[in-house]
Amino acid sequence: MTMTAKPAAAPAGSATGSGGFLDRVLKVRELAILVVLVLMLVATQLDNSAFLSEQGVKDLLLNATILVLVGVGEAMVVITRNVDLSVGSVLGVSAFAAGEFLRGGGNPVLGIVIAVAIGAGFGVVNGLLVSLGQVPALVVTLGTLYIIRGLDSVWFGSRQITAADLPSGFVGFGHDGLGAVPWLAVLTVAVLVVAAYYLRGYRGGRDLYALGSSPEAARLAGVAVRKRLLTAYIACGALAGLAGALYLARFGNVDSGTGNGYELTVVSAVVVGGVAFTGGSGSVYGAALGALLLTSINSVLPAIGVSSVWVQAIDGVLLLLAIAVDRVVALRVAALLRERAAQTRSAHHD
Amino acid sequence: MTDPTPARGAGRHGFHPRDAVRWDTAVGVLLVVLLLCSFAFVDNFGNALNLSFLIGNTLPIALIALPMTMLVVSGEIDLSVGSTVGLSGAVMGKLWNEGMSIETIIPLCVLLGVVCGLVNGLLVTRLGLPSLAVTIGTLAAYRGIAQIVLGSNSVTDFPQQYLTFSSDRIGGTFVPQAAVPWAVLLVVAVMVLHATPVGRALFAVGACEEAARFAGVRVKRLKLSMFVATGTVSALTGVFWALHYASARYDNATGLELSVIAAVLLGGIDFDGGKGTLGGAVAGVFLLGALQNVMSLVNVSAQSQTVVTGVLLVISVLAPRVARQSAAARARRGTRGPRKPVPATS
Repeated sequence: MTMTAKPAAAPAGSATGSGGFLDRVLKVRELAILVVLVLMLVATQLDNSAFLSEQGVKDLLLNATILVLVGVGEAMVVITRNVDLSVGSVLGVSAFAAGEFLRGGGNPVLGIVIAVAIGAGFGVVNGLLVSLGQVPALVVTLGTLYIIRGLDSVWFGSRQITAADLPSGFVGFGHDGLGAVPWLAVLTVAVLVVAAYYLRGYRGGRDLYALGSSPEAARLAGVAVRKRLLTAYIACGALAGLAGALYLARFGNVDSGTGNGYELTVVSAVVVGGVAFTGGSGSVYGAALGALLLTSINSVLPAIGVSSVWVQAIDGVLLLLAIAVDRVVALRVAALLRERAAQTRSAHHD
Repeated sequence: MTDPTPARGAGRHGFHPRDAVRWDTAVGVLLVVLLLCSFAFVDNFGNALNLSFLIGNTLPIALIALPMTMLVVSGEIDLSVGSTVGLSGAVMGKLWNEGMSIETIIPLCVLLGVVCGLVNGLLVTRLGLPSLAVTIGTLAAYRGIAQIVLGSNSVTDFPQQYLTFSSDRIGGTFVPQAAVPWAVLLVVAVMVLHATPVGRALFAVGACEEAARFAGVRVKRLKLSMFVATGTVSALTGVFWALHYASARYDNATGLELSVIAAVLLGGIDFDGGKGTLGGAVAGVFLLGALQNVMSLVNVSAQSQTVVTGVLLVISVLAPRVARQSAAARARRGTRGPRKPVPATS
């Protein structure tokens, strides 16, 4: 354990070396989602010229913000080859907590802080269970999904929070913005950029990728496995909490069903965005684009006159397509790399 | 498993029949204790009507748990079962509205289940995709198709003799008639998993897929057939669900996948594959079912029941690991005197 520092440097170096090509492919992956998104929006605009009006753009962004926030947190966990299914429940409970606080005349900023803190608290629980118990994340977070949802409903009962209970400044924050760019979107982009910068530039962020690529190798290389897992889960929980507060600001209406079943939407968005379940790949930008794509489809279909009953089926098919395409590309890349390795080897022989 | 001193094997990864047996038995004992206590102390628990409700409401989960156990033993998972139930019910309702006879509809629904399972299985085995991701995709897709098929309608006017079959009891006993087909399926499943080469192969694949492949197991075909079995049973459950609750809607059985998986994991089926017994799974299913029934009887709200389910689930995965870790720690402490009794492999 005295040699932790040295081997830790080695995998980082080799990752950038052999991953140059892979990196480019992954960037193309994000570009692909962007192209699909833009094509879809342009086609819809041509069909229905009212679609991309100022209000239309604002709605698109507003609809995406909450999913993007939770997706960014989820991506950080999925990158470590784990998953957090409890995000929907966390979102619901923190939205309600913030609502209760604001109804009692609390300060909006403090309300948001409370929501984030509650989310982070549940993140600690999830993270400790996963990292200390070494039990499959899927099972543990399925358990906490139930537990938090249950606590949530016991606490709520049949109560409801409506926009009338909230300070008008808070509700305004959920609707207004700079022209077509809502404040919520500004906040979300800020979070996104910080998360992306952390994952790209900081050791803690790189460790998350190392953990996801090979947990065993990461441990041997001296990555503080428990600490990093805990960080990822806390970030995920805190972002779910923040999303809860923003949900409250945006919709102004929270009951015990809020966030029910949201976990699957979040996971879909993250995976469509190119963050693989097998860990160690993808980026939060991809996850954000995935979320934007999924929420945009929900707005596009009604705009071109397709019934909303199609939304869910299309979401599912899109997810399947995304993982299938990823897999095919990954196989191609692997074959290419093998070929190149064979060539260099034969070159050495000559 | 030929290791003469099993205590040393406790720290290693692999198949520990002792652990599995202990956990199954624990869940089974817990179920028996719960039933006995409920008979003794809970009013209205022991009457035939309540028991038939208990079994009838648990049957959908119990049905799907059979193939799901085998699937999880082989190291895969299917999250789309709840949606397959919904889709099968929706198609059944739609075709019934179109005036087709129920005797034609039911085989068609089963066929639909085969197709649903095939789609999952082919995506997993042929493309090599993780089953978790695939079946989250089909979870949304199947539910979406159900919504397209039936919209927000609900179909309730199924023929009376079928409705009666799916809700009536056998004679004067508390056993619902629909439990009989389930019992038949249970016997078949137990025999396949615990007494045939197919079952052994499933455990082998779950414990170490690579080794199983080299030992001559046709891994892909085996997994594909398990996905098909899961799809088929789910579709059958969809038919049963629509008849039992006399209502076919696209959102039938939403979230059922989580209940099934919770019950199966509670029954000691290891999520990593290669471990577990059907007895444990069935005990897990009925433990959760009975617990819910009892809590409703003593006026615990449905919400608090969710908490109990979650806590049980977390304990069920934590407890065996904690026990194993402390056993390993004890074994290490015990062998500290004569250093390294195990042949050094590194």
